[in-house]
Amino acid sequence: MKNETRIWLVIFVLAGGYLAWRAASVGIGSQFVTETNGRYTPASIADTVAGTAQFSLSRTIGIWVAALLTLGIFSFLYRDNPLYKMTESIFVGVSAAYWMVVGFWDVLVPNLFDKLWPSLIQSWSMPGLSPERDQWWWVSLIPLALGGLLLMRLAPRGGWLAVWPLAFIIGTFAGLRLVAFVQADLLSQVRSSILSVVALNSSNSLRLQQSIENFVLLAGTLVCLVYFFFSVEHKGAVGRISKIGIWVLMITFGAGFGYTVMGRIALLAIRLEFLFDDWLWLIDPYGKRLGM
Amino acid sequence: MLNWLNNLDRRWIFLMMFLAVALPILLQVRVPQTTTELSRAVFDEIDKLKQGDKILLSFDYEPGSEAELGPMATSMVHQCCEKKLKIYFMTLWPAGPPLIEESFRKVIQADYPDMVYGQDYVNLGYKSGYEGVIKVIITDLPSLYTTDFRGTSIEQIPMCRGLKNIQSMNLLVSVSAGYPGTKEWILYAVTPYSDKLKIVSGCTGVQAPQLFPYIPNQLPGLLVAIKGAGEYEKLVNDKYSGPSPPPKYLEADRRMGPQLVAHLLMIGLIIAGNILYFLQRRLRRT
Repeated sequence: MKNETRIWLVIFVLAGGYLAWRAASVGIGSQFVTETNGRYTPASIADTVAGTAQFSLSRTIGIWVAALLTLGIFSFLYRDNPLYKMTESIFVGVSAAYWMVVGFWDVLVPNLFDKLWPSLIQSWSMPGLSPERDQWWWVSLIPLALGGLLLMRLAPRGGWLAVWPLAFIIGTFAGLRLVAFVQADLLSQVRSSILSVVALNSSNSLRLQQSIENFVLLAGTLVCLVYFFFSVEHKGAVGRISKIGIWVLMITFGAGFGYTVMGRIALLAIRLEFLFDDWLWLIDPYGKRLGM
Repeated sequence: MLNWLNNLDRRWIFLMMFLAVALPILLQVRVPQTTTELSRAVFDEIDKLKQGDKILLSFDYEPGSEAELGPMATSMVHQCCEKKLKIYFMTLWPAGPPLIEESFRKVIQADYPDMVYGQDYVNLGYKSGYEGVIKVIITDLPSLYTTDFRGTSIEQIPMCRGLKNIQSMNLLVSVSAGYPGTKEWILYAVTPYSDKLKIVSGCTGVQAPQLFPYIPNQLPGLLVAIKGAGEYEKLVNDKYSGPSPPPKYLEADRRMGPQLVAHLLMIGLIIAGNILYFLQRRLRRT
């Protein structure tokens, strides 16, 4: 047995022993629920002691599975391994299935099937809907046909038919985006960039901070534009200005990187909070285990 | 030593980062919050609405972004409930509806039991179509939203009766993790209808640089990642929660401790990496 394997074996045995001891002594990972109007909602241990809540086996298993899958993903930081691969595959499979189910119940049923066969949908799944057909119900046959054609990609022959709905989708989105980008990203941004570098208040005195901000914004925009202007060789004055443009871009990327770091740390923090609070019961920020 | 540092296994850095985040959580390290203009703008825009005004809360995120956006979403619902607004929840992300339901359970049903579903708040749920959804509901909401998330016909929900489109909303709020999200709301709703609609937003850190150009004309207020959430949480708690807010309204505040320590580590590593680089360069020259 290799030295590394031996070390990991010891770590696993110790960690497993610790978990088994904590689970047996204090019941870590246990979840409790209370029933209100036929719906089960999370409850605290205090509720259980008071007799208004009960132990939930399914939710407890859920906590343990979630914790072990979290550790499975974290294990990639050490090295690629079968546990990580399995966890990743579970995630992909669950996500794909979730998308399918949501797409069916939130979109296809109320927005397509209900328009075509309202009485059937009302009696089968959505009693709140009207059983009457709209005057323009037949318009829904168009998306139904386009959707069917899109699936032709999976057929051994006639895959070219899928090009038509794709062309429709691309054309629609291109049209939508073109107008929106010109209006919101081009014209509005140009308008927002036209600023006075001498900002005055109502009594005509200088607002120094605002003036500096406006100057930085205007100058930053211009030097970046010069950097992306390739019709003139970047030499002499143009070269120097474009170099400042690179600096401005680098500062922007740095700020972006900083925000990304902040986001990633937050993600790690919430997973660790979950492990320490819901699973291991090392912390109790919500006061769920008061009185234990 | 220099050689050892140069060949340092990156897993030691992972371990340091783990400790930098884990220890403040275990020790419950707290950092005092100071608010910025952008967060105050979000708070003020919601706070100046009157009782009964309509607000559209679009939870455009999924559990993967819960760490950053969950706390600000909770505080937004808290503020809206305190202001007694009519809250229309929706989402452009398929995993969004359960997060909306969770905010009902966590805030509305727990702290505002007098609020009635369908009269004071409604979950319109998710529709696929990305920005196409915004483009449709800006002019004709009932054609797309025939039911709410629970399958009730939109015509049977009191607060949705007579609701033709979202132009009648007094404020739009997007809690956004990416595409589709705040940018699409600005592009397809707020900019073309700038005389009628206004939006404030909370977003992830990754998305923030993309949204800054819209401030302040197209986007008056923005909560940026967990820092923005912490600031906003403080503003809402200071006004509505009293001196000791419940722990569920302090989630962002709790997550700022790990942020501080992890950022210090990150800055230290960047400085150390640069020193190492310049030292090596000097050694190579000599």
